[in-house]
Amino acid sequence: MSVPTELHYTADHEWIALDGELATVGITAFAGEALGDVVYVDLPAVGTAISTGDACGEIESTKSVSDLFAPVDGEVVELNEAVVADPGLLNTDPYQAGWLLRVKVTGPTKLLDAAAYEALIGGE
Amino acid sequence: MAPRPRCLTEGASRLMSLTRATPLAAEHQQLGASFTDFAGWTMPVRYTSDIAEHNAVRTTAGLFDLSHMGELEVVGACAARALDHSLVGTPSKIGLGRARYSMLCAEDGGVIDDLVVYRLADDHFLIVANASNTAVVRDELKQRIAGYETELRDTTDDWALIAVQGPVSAQIVAPLTYTDLTDLKYYEITETKLANSNVLLARTGYTGEDGFEIYCRPADASQIWAELLRVGTPYGLKPCGLACRDTLRLEAGMPLYGNELSRELTPFEAGLGRVVAFGKEEDFVGREALARRRDEGAQRVLVGLTSSARRSPRSGYAVLDPATGREVGTVTSGAPSPTLGHPIAMAYVEGIYQEPGTRLQVDIRGTHDDVVVVPLPFYRRQES
Repeated sequence: MSVPTELHYTADHEWIALDGELATVGITAFAGEALGDVVYVDLPAVGTAISTGDACGEIESTKSVSDLFAPVDGEVVELNEAVVADPGLLNTDPYQAGWLLRVKVTGPTKLLDAAAYEALIGGE
Repeated sequence: MAPRPRCLTEGASRLMSLTRATPLAAEHQQLGASFTDFAGWTMPVRYTSDIAEHNAVRTTAGLFDLSHMGELEVVGACAARALDHSLVGTPSKIGLGRARYSMLCAEDGGVIDDLVVYRLADDHFLIVANASNTAVVRDELKQRIAGYETELRDTTDDWALIAVQGPVSAQIVAPLTYTDLTDLKYYEITETKLANSNVLLARTGYTGEDGFEIYCRPADASQIWAELLRVGTPYGLKPCGLACRDTLRLEAGMPLYGNELSRELTPFEAGLGRVVAFGKEEDFVGREALARRRDEGAQRVLVGLTSSARRSPRSGYAVLDPATGREVGTVTSGAPSPTLGHPIAMAYVEGIYQEPGTRLQVDIRGTHDDVVVVPLPFYRRQES
């Protein structure tokens, strides 16, 4: 399973694309495969302040429910309505159409690079 | 709030030497399966998509590797009587080549495991146990049959088990065997050849569909699997993992040991009191406690719940009386139903709440969603 090199990651299997103070957040293909078919996504409303490591949403598959953890400190500025309407995008296109949130980052970030994340998931 | 996994990789795992692989491990790898550790076995959890695999079983057919299931054989002149004593049912009344769903209960009536018992000969029974309980069932049965002229063999390692489940199962299996499948009725088993290998072919399953379970020698498993895929793929047959097996059995209202059945519950709570044969000649383990439970009635009973909300009740969530907010039960299994398109769940609730149509709530991670009691099963196949 390939891990895009241009992205940042967390140990909770989220990916983060940083563009200045704007972060786009999603879950990795590895997470999508572990969860199975995602059927429901619950995301924080635009304007919500989130802080690193706190549960800020839920991802439910046929098999289980997992928390979505805030990967950075910041304020939610945009949601991907397409993924709320069609959560299967998290399985089929996790790094593009399956993005979840855009966050205005307000604090220092502590993220993994692709090599560190790949090592974490066992280099699959 | 119910406990839940901290990280998104719940369910994921890599092949580990601590767990056992089935004879079909290489086939699963080649098909790109995701694996999970289940009762000490490395099992395919899915190949592509849980929902696609689930739908294949409902509309065409699915192919399962169930080689983790435990096989125990009871052989000897007194095998039938020994099993009448050991189990809550009456294996001595099972006809040759037939199967019966039964249970092994403790002295206090608690369920040790639920089982399928096949009668292969007058003096030869095959008992199929849940993988997680095989060792316990074996040890318990060994003790219980000790006074009888019979012998128990754990033949789990001698059998691979492949299931074909779904409405077109018979069309897939038929060309691979000379047995006329119209003669093999639901819950029957026959010794035959399939894909040139000696097998036990049973018309049983755990999905709510027509289907077959094929007990074969481990060395023959790869060839049988390949032949079933070859014949079945044009019909829409898909290899299926354990994830969809769980949603299939839930829709069919079938209990899963560890969820709906446990040592703390008798068959009566689960609505399965009919499996207890009080009328049989042989005295049996658990009779007294089970008779008491039958006469007193169960405190909590198993019901079906459905909801029109998006989130599903899950195992362990509290069931509430909406009028008072009081906890009146616990969810044992729940998932978004792929066939019905809404959440379904099974739960134990206090007896006064068991009537279909009763409105209840489930505490879904802090919010109270409305649910309604419905009769089980949620899904019943159309008889062809």
